[in-house]
Amino acid sequence: MSKIDFSDVVIATSTMAVVMGVVTKILETKTRDHRLHTILNFAWLGMMLLSMLINLAGYETSYSTIICLTVLFAVQRSKGFPPARMLSIAFVPAAFVYLINDFFLFLTPNFFKDNKDYFDTARGFAFMWVLGFTIYAQRQAKRDKVVRDKAEAERRIIEAKKQELEYQVAERTAELRKQKESLEEALEELKTTQNQLIQAEKMASLGELTAGIAHEIQNPLNFVNNFSEVSVELCQELQEELDKDDFDKTYIAEILSDISQNQQKITHHGQRAASIVRGMLQHSRASNGQKELTDINALADEYLRLSYHGLRAKDKTFNADFKTILDPNLPKIEIIPQDFGRVLLNIINNAFYAVQQKAKQGIEGYKPTVTVATKVNPQEDLIVTITDNGGGMPESIKTKIFQPFFTTKPTGQGTGLGLSLSYDIITKGHAGTLEVESTEGEGTEFIITLPLK
Amino acid sequence: MKILVVDDEEDVRVLFEQRFRREIRAGEFDFAFSGSGEEALEYLKGQDLEAVLILSDINMPGMSGIELLRQIRSKSPTSPPTIMMITAYGDVQSHDQAMALGANDFLTKPLDFTELKQKLKSSL
Repeated sequence: MSKIDFSDVVIATSTMAVVMGVVTKILETKTRDHRLHTILNFAWLGMMLLSMLINLAGYETSYSTIICLTVLFAVQRSKGFPPARMLSIAFVPAAFVYLINDFFLFLTPNFFKDNKDYFDTARGFAFMWVLGFTIYAQRQAKRDKVVRDKAEAERRIIEAKKQELEYQVAERTAELRKQKESLEEALEELKTTQNQLIQAEKMASLGELTAGIAHEIQNPLNFVNNFSEVSVELCQELQEELDKDDFDKTYIAEILSDISQNQQKITHHGQRAASIVRGMLQHSRASNGQKELTDINALADEYLRLSYHGLRAKDKTFNADFKTILDPNLPKIEIIPQDFGRVLLNIINNAFYAVQQKAKQGIEGYKPTVTVATKVNPQEDLIVTITDNGGGMPESIKTKIFQPFFTTKPTGQGTGLGLSLSYDIITKGHAGTLEVESTEGEGTEFIITLPLK
Repeated sequence: MKILVVDDEEDVRVLFEQRFRREIRAGEFDFAFSGSGEEALEYLKGQDLEAVLILSDINMPGMSGIELLRQIRSKSPTSPPTIMMITAYGDVQSHDQAMALGANDFLTKPLDFTELKQKLKSSL
């Protein structure tokens, strides 16, 4: 058994430690591969034991092969890391040279001794190669590290910005969600308010109607009362005549005819009053959205009269001519009577309001007139026009009149919803159109078009 | 004397003819009817105004009863015909306006035909 050459062990161990120190730095094992870092850091211990064993066994070696193979092991584990490639270029040829060297040393020691100079030279070149490429690899690694550090710094900045953006997005999303919720609440409130306003508008227009309705009901009721009284008188006359011995048959027949006529008149005016009350109830009732076959002429006439009497009752000095030019051959049409009546009432009320305002100016010879006309046009549309010779309106107002809450009336006299609701009722509820033509100072015409087909 | 009833309600004619059938048959009352102020003015053109009594509704489309009164009285404020105004709106304003324009009487609907008969008889 040979003695241990400690100087040999120390050189091998320290060389291993130095080389591994350099390799760990180049390969950045400390941050990249903790396990490899530990292995390389303790490689000197392995080398120390191994060199001692080799010494004890009496073998001779340069230990460079072991160091090279350890480096190649580290390079293999760091595959893909750019500096590892440079290290592999440095150590693969050297390892090859050292392996050849050891191969001949162990197997053909004589040949090795005979050619020792060549082997020494080869090892010398291998060492120079390793040294040169290692230094180069180290520098390259430093440059790469700077680039990677820079890239990392940029990545971190981007990451930080990304996180900041994500935070901002999250914050903004939460804010938007909150806004969405509050908007939804506001929308619900608006819908409720809108329904209340629609109801208020209906009640307001009903209020405007009240005086007109009272007048319209009063008239037929007067006729009912008067014709009833006359009928009672006629019956008395009839009785008186029958009590005579020589009663006049022709006179009796005449009285009976009058009584019969009166009964018809009573029925007619009773139905007229009932129809007005029915209309009023229909107007105040929420629309059920059901379309009914309706006589537009009768509806237009009814609402024209109601509107006129309503205004007349409110302002006793007011008087206007109202005309109807109704097409006697107008077909009945499927509409929602309450809704369509509301439209007519709104527009007719506005027309009377316009002529009333103009009449107040005291223009000589001015005859306030509102005309409602019906017809069927060549395209087979039913047309209802409401025309007034009031003050008309400028273009700037004409473009706004169908907007909700727009009104030219003084505060408290109009909700500004009448025409807006009318527009919706005609266009959305009846697939028709509502248009306005107006000349300032001359008057306004509203044209309702309803498709018959 | 002719009694001209001016009212846009068509059944007024039937009502008057039946209500005053006895007076008509007896030749006490002689009615004429107009459906509007304009029609009434047209009718009056060919009439002796002293032999006409007008019974006019105020509230009519087109020419109102007040306007009719104004036009008749504008020619002769105090002379005939006798004009009685009728309205469904028994308001002070209409009454004062009619009387100021020269109406001889002011009646409100529903008409009391007994009272009207007396008024007509006393005016004729």
